Amino acid sequence: MDLSDLQEIAQKENAAAKPMRIRCCTAAGCLSQDGQALKKALDEAVAAEGLSDKVEVVGVGCMGLCSQGPLVQIDPDGPLYEKVTPADAPSIIASLKGEKCKARVGDPTIPFFSKQVPIVLENSGRINPERIESYIAVGGYQPLCHVVREMQPLEVCDLITNSGLRGRGGAGYPTGLKWATVAKTDAERKFVVCNADEGDPGAFMDRSVLESDPHRVLEGMAIAAYAVGASQGYVYVRGEYPLAISRLKTAIAQARRLGILGTGVFETRFDFRVDIRIGAGAFVCGEETALMRSIEGQRGTPRPRPPFPAARGLWGYPTVINNVETLANVPAIVRNGAEWFASIGTEKSKGTKVFALAGKITNTGLIEVPMGTPLKTIVEEMGGGVPDGGKVKAVQTGGPSGGCIPAERFDTPVDYESLAQLGSIMGSGGMIVMDEKDNMVDVARFFMEFCMDESCGKCVPCRAGTVQIYEILTKIREGRGKPEDLEVLRELCDMVKQTSLCGLGQSAPNPVLSTLRYYRHEYDAFITAKSGKAEAEANA
Amino acid sequence: MAVKTLTIDDKPVSAREDQTILEAAREAGIGIPTLCQLSGVANLGACRLCLVEVAGVPKLLPACVTLVQEGMQVFTNTERLREYRKMIVELLFAERNHVCAVCVANGHCELQNLAIAVGMDHVRYSYRFPKLEVDTTHEKFGIDHNRCVLCARCVRVCDEIEGAHTWDIAGRGAKSHIISDMNVPWGSATSCTSCGKCVQACPTGAIFKLGATVAEQIKDRTRLDFIVTAREKKQWVG
Ligand SMILES: Cc1cc2nc3c(=O)[nH]c(=O)nc-3n(C[C@H](O)[C@H](O)[C@H](O)COP(=O)(O)O)c2cc1C
Ligand code: SF4
Ligand code: SF4
Ligand code: SF4
Ligand code: FES
Repeated sequence: MDLSDLQEIAQKENAAAKPMRIRCCTAAGCLSQDGQALKKALDEAVAAEGLSDKVEVVGVGCMGLCSQGPLVQIDPDGPLYEKVTPADAPSIIASLKGEKCKARVGDPTIPFFSKQVPIVLENSGRINPERIESYIAVGGYQPLCHVVREMQPLEVCDLITNSGLRGRGGAGYPTGLKWATVAKTDAERKFVVCNADEGDPGAFMDRSVLESDPHRVLEGMAIAAYAVGASQGYVYVRGEYPLAISRLKTAIAQARRLGILGTGVFETRFDFRVDIRIGAGAFVCGEETALMRSIEGQRGTPRPRPPFPAARGLWGYPTVINNVETLANVPAIVRNGAEWFASIGTEKSKGTKVFALAGKITNTGLIEVPMGTPLKTIVEEMGGGVPDGGKVKAVQTGGPSGGCIPAERFDTPVDYESLAQLGSIMGSGGMIVMDEKDNMVDVARFFMEFCMDESCGKCVPCRAGTVQIYEILTKIREGRGKPEDLEVLRELCDMVKQTSLCGLGQSAPNPVLSTLRYYRHEYDAFITAKSGKAEAEANA
Repeated sequence: MAVKTLTIDDKPVSAREDQTILEAAREAGIGIPTLCQLSGVANLGACRLCLVEVAGVPKLLPACVTLVQEGMQVFTNTERLREYRKMIVELLFAERNHVCAVCVANGHCELQNLAIAVGMDHVRYSYRFPKLEVDTTHEKFGIDHNRCVLCARCVRVCDEIEGAHTWDIAGRGAKSHIISDMNVPWGSATSCTSCGKCVQACPTGAIFKLGATVAEQIKDRTRLDFIVTAREKKQWVG
């Protein structure tokens, strides 16, 4: 297998494509709304109309606008249909012959689509995630072939460093630097781990990438492995993502069969094997040291760093651990160059970020925008604001580790530093929109309950501190709070943040601290009112 | 092995490069409160009592797992650290049911000693009063989960020194608890050799000798050190 073989596969695949393609979303969101039956109905309708030689129905990954799904797109240049049911299928197919279609037509020119800059999601919703040929047809695996045949490992690290790519798993650590650390360490064995645990409530970016374009992630891993000198990789996926797991399995088997993974990648001396490890759904297992313990077959609890995984990772060997989205950027950087990537985004945050829009917002779904896009553009223009004319109050980024950003600050550009300045974090990309009806004490309490339940219990501040914070929030919410409780609350939050062992505890107080910062009056209202509950109900 | 020089609470100290801040401080006669740390077994960095401040490092560092570095300026007893330590001890007292007056370890308990050391005079947090079990199925020993601080010293001592790995931790967060074997009563845990090391390792009255009454359970940590030194250095001193 070499470049010319890849090109031949691509040519064959493109030549075999029928003149008309009907793309039908088969990612989890649309599958949950009868997407599979829809695809079948479309297939049947094509056959019934006798169009089988001209039209093919392709099951693709996520097209983004999940709230309007299932989505169907007619190529080339045909309409986009929204909320399609299997009953609409005959009418859609009939419309190909010029009849009027009864299905609801969507508008692909709305800002939700037009303001996106797809890099990570460039193939999502376009290719068939279950066929490696479909990925190769759009140029897939050419970057890996180039890397292993033409580049030195340290050149690859430099390329990624120059691109300015930073980790998309939350902390934003420079990816090239991480790789170079491992590359420069002498060790008998090294590992590459893809973190697909994605435990934040409301986040589904990584799931979507794995379901829609699994080969892209494998290619990113293989490039990382070549750069650092690893020959074994693991994808750690949560068990709640059965479709992602099955597509990854298919993808790994296909890549091995073609000699793209396994022994002698692209007929070089570089070997790379990938195995899947399935997590049991503990949020803390997304933390890198806990994740590695879990892969080793032990109880998934974090340990103090240093040593960092780059120095002592899986079974004590140097290990690169990167998020799904981080790795999915890598093939594009190799293909288009570091300068291209660095030209997108802001000075310190390069490239794009995928966000999962959820909550009180008209267009829920996945979007990919350049770093530095103002929150206003994302929430109001692309997201379409609150349905039924409500008013946006705040947006929560970073899930249980992040904070609430009030609507007054929506001119803030989304990048790592700006969000941190507002007391939130970029996080992995969950964005939950809240309207005037949402009470901020409830929001804080929701996330605190999550952290309390998900604390691994190893260190005292997080294990026992979150319980006490939750208790105080409950007291306040039920109208039993006293003014001095706020002081105890603030002290506890500070202590849990400063003294906890891992990121879970260190960031667990953020939702409370950020709501205290911007919505102190809502806490006060519960405390001063005779009965906070009555007050809250009167407000609602 | 290279020697590093540093200051701990402004006192110049030298230490081997493989020593932790805690070890260096102890050698220099500077006490740092600890709970999960136990000489002879691996350090966990879990209780967070030993956190110290290091000049130029924004985060607090656990002294029990942080190695010394040349030129480090360590502060072990700042106002901020004292306040955090007090809060941690209070959280521990609020978390389970520590009724010292009726405890076998009363007067010999590390949790009690810590409370005194950090100057705890009352608990600001709400007592959780969890309903927990006392397991006295073992022929010689008992475990009272009401008094457990989840330091995992029993887990490590049984695994690393005795080699039996009878203990482990199950559950998550506040529901974490110590289990024997695959969550069977201690008396049915076939891996237990009844060596008694966990009794000595446990900082509170959670693991005790059956038959001990109030304030009788004195723990002898030097036995553990003795075994480790004997095994690793072939020196029988203690
Ligand atoms: C409690 C906790 C949960 C985490 N969960 C995830 C996760 O689900 N996915 C992820 O990529 N990183 C997660 N992280 C961050 C990882 O520890 C690690 O920083 C990341 O995988 C590194 O990859 P990156 O440099 O590509 O971002 C989590 C961290 C913490 C503290
Ligand atoms: S901060 Fe929480 S999750 Fe992290 S080690 Fe401590 S108890 Fe476990
Ligand atoms: S008595 Fe010995 S073997 Fe039994 S649990 Fe305790 S340390 Fe382990
Ligand atoms: S039983 Fe004792 S030694 Fe074991 S975790 Fe509890 S307090 Fe620590
Ligand atoms: S003694 Fe260092 S964290 Fe417990």
